[in-house]
Amino acid sequence: MSRPTPTMALKVMRSTGHRRVTVSWTISIVVLGLFTLAAIFAPLVAPYNPDQLDFGAIYANPNLAHWLGTDSLGRDTLSRIIYGARTALLAPLIVVIASTILGILLGLLAGWRGGWIDAAIGRLLDVLLSFPALLIAILAVALFGKGLVAPVIAMSIAYAPFVARLTRSLVISERARPYVSAYRVQGFSGGWIALRRVLPNVVPTVGAQSTLNFGYVLAELAGLSFLGLGVQAPTADWGAMINESQAGLVGGHFLPALIPAIAVVIVVVAVNVIGEEISERIGGGTPA
Amino acid sequence: MIIRRVVGKLGSLTLTLVLASALIFFSRFMVPGDPVSFLLRGRQPSPEAIAAVTEQFGLNLPPWEQYLRWIGGMFQGDFGRSLQFRDEVSTVIGDRLPVTLGLVALAAVMILVTGIVAGTIAALNRGRLPDRLILTVLTALGAIPPFVGAIILIAVFAVQLNWFPAFGSGDGFFDTIHHLILPSVAMAISFIVLIGKITRMSMVEQLGREHVQVATSRGLKPLTVVRRHVFRNALGPIFTVSGLLIAGLLVSTAIVESAFGIAGVGSLLVQSVNRLDFPVVQAIVLLVVAAFVIVNAIVDLLQPLIDPRAAAGEAGR
Repeated sequence: MSRPTPTMALKVMRSTGHRRVTVSWTISIVVLGLFTLAAIFAPLVAPYNPDQLDFGAIYANPNLAHWLGTDSLGRDTLSRIIYGARTALLAPLIVVIASTILGILLGLLAGWRGGWIDAAIGRLLDVLLSFPALLIAILAVALFGKGLVAPVIAMSIAYAPFVARLTRSLVISERARPYVSAYRVQGFSGGWIALRRVLPNVVPTVGAQSTLNFGYVLAELAGLSFLGLGVQAPTADWGAMINESQAGLVGGHFLPALIPAIAVVIVVVAVNVIGEEISERIGGGTPA
Repeated sequence: MIIRRVVGKLGSLTLTLVLASALIFFSRFMVPGDPVSFLLRGRQPSPEAIAAVTEQFGLNLPPWEQYLRWIGGMFQGDFGRSLQFRDEVSTVIGDRLPVTLGLVALAAVMILVTGIVAGTIAALNRGRLPDRLILTVLTALGAIPPFVGAIILIAVFAVQLNWFPAFGSGDGFFDTIHHLILPSVAMAISFIVLIGKITRMSMVEQLGREHVQVATSRGLKPLTVVRRHVFRNALGPIFTVSGLLIAGLLVSTAIVESAFGIAGVGSLLVQSVNRLDFPVVQAIVLLVVAAFVIVNAIVDLLQPLIDPRAAAGEAGR
């Protein structure tokens, strides 16, 4: 028994719930589509300016003017949720893409070259994997200041090892297949085979697996903003909204904090359902 | 044989720790500008303060010597001085460690108990309604990050129902437990799915094995079979993710302690980032990483005791 890696844990966590495609898949696509459209067309869709104060309507309950109510400064919650979807969706997207590219490059290099390069990259990945992603993000904020730039870069590095491990194992099994030696015999260089023939074969599986990281990254970045270390108030961001509205909880004003919290959960669930389905369809028999 | 294995694991453990600590230490060197102004950001440093910081971090020394001083100090319990508290970092962290460890322990117990019970029930009813229900609920809970859990729990159980306090860590044993229940639930929620699914998976695997089928066909009661033949063998995989679990929980304390206003190591980390107290940040990050690496190594070493097949597998290699 080898030691289970976080990759295995992710595999375990997503290992059931398939074969019931239609309903949950459709709902998730619709939900994610709506949030994406809202994020892109925020200025057109949002009923109010997200930063517009209205001291006449502080802590308004949901009504016709404010469908989801207002917060402690009378700002429209629905508008802030719509604008907040921008950072909520864009930042994890960047992290997933960057970590996938970085991880594929490392994994391809390690799996293809083997030897000491493999050993060195393996050690590097081990070290990176001993840092929880949120911890690297917090360290990055401590070094480079608040905001999303440093955490997004840090999380891209933190998630790369998961991708690299998977890529490496796929590349190693590809390398043993006949087509690779066939190209070799014909005189194609190792680099050419790796980049032009092996890489395209592993990218779909790896990419599908990477979509599963989206939800975790979204939740962790929102958590960072909740701590006041990510997106800064008064910018409309779900984590920052919860942070700002937490004080109102004790006074019984639940909605300004609960609504962004629920938005996070809805998007995470939708993204996870979609990611599971994609990796189920593409990844099929993923080697652990 | 065993000694060789232990030495090998210890070597690997030490190498990972050295590299991780170097990464944490030298991360400071990625910040452009001179180290004194980085360390004293946001303060108006007197010449004495500058001299003190230069002396404390050995900023005149070459970088690798600074690192050796830092890591050497760690081994003697000297983590440097905090910039925000005018106190030793070790004292500052030590004061807040008990409540954080209590929180992690409480959450870990909740996760293990609910996860193992839910996973066992699911495995015994594999494919039937209870199984699907449990999996759906666990998966849904897995999508609730700690800060969302904290908000919901505060709204419902602290403010609305007034069953638990929303703030602080309390005095005395029972009051402390009372204060720590909601925070540890908030931390536990998203991890139950991990233990639940691993339990279910390994139980299902064990239930399908021959010795279990033989035991069942001999007419042993299902509970006896599970207790004597399934459960023990199914424990291994749960044990192996405990490093992952503990590291995850330690990081969640940053969020949960901040949400519930608990003065622990997690909220100290956040506070130190806010107050630009880098020595404390550095020390806490190192402690969390060390906890993860060391727990993983212990799990690795103890694995053969729990599951003799693991030892046989290692020997066969």
